[in-house]
Amino acid sequence: MSHMQSVPGGVEQEALAEEKELVEGYRPEKGRKKIATGEGRLAFFLVTPTVLLLALIVGYPVVKAVISSFQKDRGLDTATGFFNQGGGFAGFANYKTWLLQQCPAPGGGTVKCPPGTLASEFWNSVGFTLGVTIVAVALETVIGMIMALMMHKAFKGRAVVRAAILIPWAIPTAVSAKLWQVIYAPSGVADKILGHNIIWSEKWPARIAIVITDTWKTTPFMALLILAGLQGIPDELYESAKVDGASAWQRFWRITLPLVKPALAVALIFRSLDTLRMYDLPAILTGGANGTSTLSILVVKQIQSGPNSASALSTITFIFIFLCAFVLVKALGASIMPRPAAKGR
Amino acid sequence: MRYRNIAAVAVSTAVVASLAAACSSSGGSSSSGGSGGGGGASGARGPITVVQGKDNSNTIPTLTQMWNSTHPNEKVTFKQQSDSADDQLSDLQQHFQAKDPNYDVVSVDVIWTAQFAAQGWIEPLKGQYALPTDALLPATVKAATYAGTLFAAPSSSDGGLLYYRKDLVPTAPKTWDEMIADCKKATAGMGCYAGQYANYEGLTVNAAEAINTAGGVFVKEDGKTPNVDTPEAKKGLDFLVNGFKQGYIPKDAIGFKETESLNAFQTGKLLFMRQWPYGVSILNTAGNSVVKGKFGIAPLPGLTADKPGASSLGGHSWAMSVYGKHKATALDFMKFSESDAVQKFLLTQASLAPVTTALYSDPTLVAKAPYLPVLLQSIQNAVPRPVTPFYPAVTKAIETNVYAALQGQKSSEQALKDLQAAINSAASGGG
Repeated sequence: MSHMQSVPGGVEQEALAEEKELVEGYRPEKGRKKIATGEGRLAFFLVTPTVLLLALIVGYPVVKAVISSFQKDRGLDTATGFFNQGGGFAGFANYKTWLLQQCPAPGGGTVKCPPGTLASEFWNSVGFTLGVTIVAVALETVIGMIMALMMHKAFKGRAVVRAAILIPWAIPTAVSAKLWQVIYAPSGVADKILGHNIIWSEKWPARIAIVITDTWKTTPFMALLILAGLQGIPDELYESAKVDGASAWQRFWRITLPLVKPALAVALIFRSLDTLRMYDLPAILTGGANGTSTLSILVVKQIQSGPNSASALSTITFIFIFLCAFVLVKALGASIMPRPAAKGR
Repeated sequence: MRYRNIAAVAVSTAVVASLAAACSSSGGSSSSGGSGGGGGASGARGPITVVQGKDNSNTIPTLTQMWNSTHPNEKVTFKQQSDSADDQLSDLQQHFQAKDPNYDVVSVDVIWTAQFAAQGWIEPLKGQYALPTDALLPATVKAATYAGTLFAAPSSSDGGLLYYRKDLVPTAPKTWDEMIADCKKATAGMGCYAGQYANYEGLTVNAAEAINTAGGVFVKEDGKTPNVDTPEAKKGLDFLVNGFKQGYIPKDAIGFKETESLNAFQTGKLLFMRQWPYGVSILNTAGNSVVKGKFGIAPLPGLTADKPGASSLGGHSWAMSVYGKHKATALDFMKFSESDAVQKFLLTQASLAPVTTALYSDPTLVAKAPYLPVLLQSIQNAVPRPVTPFYPAVTKAIETNVYAALQGQKSSEQALKDLQAAINSAASGGG
């Protein structure tokens, strides 16, 4: 899937595992015929190679990361000035650094992480990642819905419009980040259009810039998923509603929205998970500076200083995204699976 | 039956994953990471691979031909990395952590030497790998030294220079106060002074220059005990903080990296600029440059007229990987790159400043690059950034706190206090 952008190894594979779990969480209705024994065994052997491959690509990095998150990073032997091997058991020390802000102090012991260390940015980063996700996904849903409703109407050139709308999605994220960087340059295009000299590298303008660029880039994806859902709604429903005297807004609220909910829920969950682990866009647009570091950016920066601590942060990110996905599925999940009662009217 | 199958698959998955993880982690630590002498006697000769960042000035074909013609059995192959310094660092770290024997000689930025030396990834240049350093600029040798031993061979150097509009300011200012007084000579719409203040390594460079010029330091001689909460350091930091407050540094300079600051000077929006020497040829040849022939180069202004400002030492060195197989050839290559012929070629082709002191007064070179004498002064007054194996964490501490101070989010006293605490934590191994 092209939207799984390049977050390094462990984090991407963890998110892939969560989506796999969502799909496999589906349980068939009761009363279904049991699969005959012969078919079951064949299915087992056909599925096993894939599962083993997934275990290697998905399972191994996850398990390795969790194991190394409990190990110490290489420490400096102050007498010689050279690093020792590291790798000793560190317990939860790496996790405490991030979650409880306990940084090593000179001469042993811990101290509250001072501003300027990577660990001190953890909670800000969590807040920023959540904030971007909520705001950007909300914007994308609303704008995507409007675009999908427009594209649903038959008009001349609809095919061209549908293809053209996909262009922001098709441009690689690195390229669009660079394009928008030029737009946000000092006294650049954005400043000229707004008539104001905004310093985009400051904290809140930078955050707004990231939301705008992310929305621009991924609204087409939302629009297409919602459009697919819209096309499953039979026209007779609208006609009979018009005959009954329903207004346009009532038709949207009572017919369109409930019936497009499954597609909308899937789109929402995919986009939320994607944005929660966003790396490439803020990394290229702002470098993660000035309060625009997402959790994935922190992980990559930490790898340079201490890979085992980075594994701990990566695991924390995995659990955080898993919890968010869980909450989302619980909130929207009832409408993902079509109820048996919906069949037949 | 169904659940038994699922359970069987799950258990086998878990077993495979755990086995793979356990096997690889024990395999990694069992191979020895010994340094010094291991892996090849002084007679180990053969083809080598040299790794450097992107070759923007096309120097590699000539260097390859120069070396291969005299060393037919020890041919060199260059490998180019990405243009971005951070990507180059990650690439080197990954290959060293994997103990790759294919990287024989690597190009290290001066700020990475301590880190690589402390990790035991690069060979100390002593004993059978000794390298003469008498002809080299002392500042470059100091930057390549860690724990009293030379670990890398300097290959190119760099220092900060003051670019000024000589059509508006006939003589360059020698002190900060003179430069601020000269600000009124700026025409309408022109900012007075700018360096690089975005939240990246360039900010550490500029902050180091300001603090060192005022007589402050980041760390003591041991490289890890911070000593930045001093009146001298505050004076240096205040020069930049007041710049934004009083307006002699334009507000949008908070987002300047090298490109943006050069662009501002090039289009006539700055009176003074702190920049690396590479800008000279761009300002003279670029199409939209309104300053062709109208700008001069001077050493950075100091606090008092008797001492020029301290510039941050830049540049690269060659380091020998401990995992390489042909170390004698690698050593010869490093000596070759410090030879006069190669140094002259690098200056004329790629504007890379030489590391040999004598070349700075060579008449043919000065004719080609008139800023050489000023650059020599800058390098002789250069102070290296903190030489510590925890440099990534230390530079992050400096960038974050100075950036907050420049934006007015905290006072300079508070910024220096927080910086002191952060460097303490960074030097104890904390991210």
